[in-house]
Amino acid sequence: MKKNIYLDHAATTPTDIKVVKAMEPYWTREFGNPSALYSLGQKAKHALDDSRQIVAKIFNCQPEEIIFTGGGTESINLAIKGVVLASNLKPAHIITSNFEHHAVLNAAQTLKNQGHEVSLVPVDAEGLIMVDKLWSAIKKNTVLISIMTANNEVGTIQPIQEIGAKLKKINQERKAKKLPAIYLHTDACQAAGALDLNVEKLHIDLMTINGSKIYGPKGVGVLYIKRGTVLQALIDGGGQEKNWRSGTENVPGIVGLATALKIADSKKESENKRLTILRDWLIKKILTTIPKTLLNGHAQKRLPNNINISILDIEGEALLLYLDAIGIQASTGSACTAQDLEPSHVIRALGRPYEAAHGSLRLTLGRSTTKNDLIYLTKKLPSIVKKLRQTSPVSVNMDTLHSSIKKYPREITSA
Amino acid sequence: MLTYKKPKKKKTPAKKSLATQVDIVPKKGEESWLYSDIVKEHFFTPKNLVMDASKVKDYDGLGMVGSPACGDMMKVWVWIDKKNDKIKKMQWQTFGCASAIGATSMLSVMVSENGGMPIEQALKIRPQDITSRLGGLPTRKIHCSVLGDKALRSALNNYFLKSKQKNRIVEEHARMIDKIAQVTDHDIEEAVLEGAITLEAIQKKTKAGVGNPEVMPEVEQLIKFYREKYFG
Repeated sequence: MKKNIYLDHAATTPTDIKVVKAMEPYWTREFGNPSALYSLGQKAKHALDDSRQIVAKIFNCQPEEIIFTGGGTESINLAIKGVVLASNLKPAHIITSNFEHHAVLNAAQTLKNQGHEVSLVPVDAEGLIMVDKLWSAIKKNTVLISIMTANNEVGTIQPIQEIGAKLKKINQERKAKKLPAIYLHTDACQAAGALDLNVEKLHIDLMTINGSKIYGPKGVGVLYIKRGTVLQALIDGGGQEKNWRSGTENVPGIVGLATALKIADSKKESENKRLTILRDWLIKKILTTIPKTLLNGHAQKRLPNNINISILDIEGEALLLYLDAIGIQASTGSACTAQDLEPSHVIRALGRPYEAAHGSLRLTLGRSTTKNDLIYLTKKLPSIVKKLRQTSPVSVNMDTLHSSIKKYPREITSA
Repeated sequence: MLTYKKPKKKKTPAKKSLATQVDIVPKKGEESWLYSDIVKEHFFTPKNLVMDASKVKDYDGLGMVGSPACGDMMKVWVWIDKKNDKIKKMQWQTFGCASAIGATSMLSVMVSENGGMPIEQALKIRPQDITSRLGGLPTRKIHCSVLGDKALRSALNNYFLKSKQKNRIVEEHARMIDKIAQVTDHDIEEAVLEGAITLEAIQKKTKAGVGNPEVMPEVEQLIKFYREKYFG
């Protein structure tokens, strides 16, 4: 029988069967509108309240500070555009990195098109945000910094706590100078289920997570909004979710997300331990058995489930199709799988040339991943790479590659 | 570009399961593949592929286009039947995705089948000739197949040069459309292939006609031309 080894958990995860069970009553039986006053509606409202409490407990915040949205992308848009629009500044200025998810980068681009200012802070060769440049990017009209907790492609974990703590001090100085406060938003979609989401400890004002990366349902997200944060709604209507996100609440989805987060949180420690061992084994194995390979991202400061390696002289899509043919599902930063024909901006931001981005292979492990799966992969991968390299007229010089990474300009740019 | 197959009419069993009463049902046991079976065949078992470039000998022309940075690169060797002015054999190496590999493989079959293709005919091969032989490509993958014919022409030019037939060398001229933005017809062709099929999208990609409105009618005409050429 053909194998089926799913190694693309950063794209999305299967919904946990326990999560599906938890959602089940809220489709047909307890279908009430949480805004309705009769008991059917109130039952749905209780489910919402319980879900909010579960999330709040894991975030270490008040339930009132949690709102549910239609997914990670929506939460990010609300956080970024909501802060800028509510600031009443024209232009307002926001800072993010050149390394973020497209939801952040494109929301920033839209604001820029509307006359606001955007600074993109670079990352170093291992994908860590250049914190000094972050502080030097701050201007009088800066209202928001948005930095992801962990990167979706290369898994690098950013020093959010350090950024949050320093920003707190900066904001005190700004208050004395009567300058607007700078809010800190973090996109924690990839971090959820693996890293600590304690908002107080991280000193953040806004945080996004979604259901589909934590074995929960797709199409549902969370935005943590710290009490006192001024934000303008993007979706107007009946005033649900404290007026920040109108529209009848997706009760089954919200119950599913909360349940998924609770399960993920309870498994976090043991899964992190297990996956870190598998991750480090796989990275070492690929780097030592296949010549001309390059790890993308930081070796230690990375998500326990993320492996991202550039395999030079071959093209990622071709590699994925060969892997698919032997039952392995993975991902690449090659332009050939993207809609816009540009290879991964994340791999490029590391300073890797196009050649490395085109040949990048992302493997993201999950709950179902076993050592045997990875052994199977490492047995098959070298011969596939060999075959594709024979097909290819390209031969990248590794020394040139390394020196071009070193020379890569790392400056603040404007979206 | 993908052909739509009419679903076969099934004899309806007396009672359908709940799941099959709705339209969206996961396909069980069926292989789902982005590309046509022909592309798949040429991708997994490429024809006329060069396994070791250092061992290719006695060829008549060698051509190369693209770069690993742009995502596709092709190297083409040709052998010529000089008496009949035909291509005897074409071999190749390609860095690229399944469309690029499949397209080069198919091209090598097209020029060498039936006793070889006359050079004059081979010079006229267009990307869509290859695409249609492949049974179509997904729209956004068409750009991956456009290098094959260029690589072949480059190999034939190399043959013309080596065999002292300089008058036959075909140069790929680019025509300047917008002198201010330095946009050529090739730039617009590339942009259309990359999915910019409206004036607005072209301007976003190439800046053609931005601040130079008198060239707009020509830009629009070219968009129409290339749209029909590749997607028509």
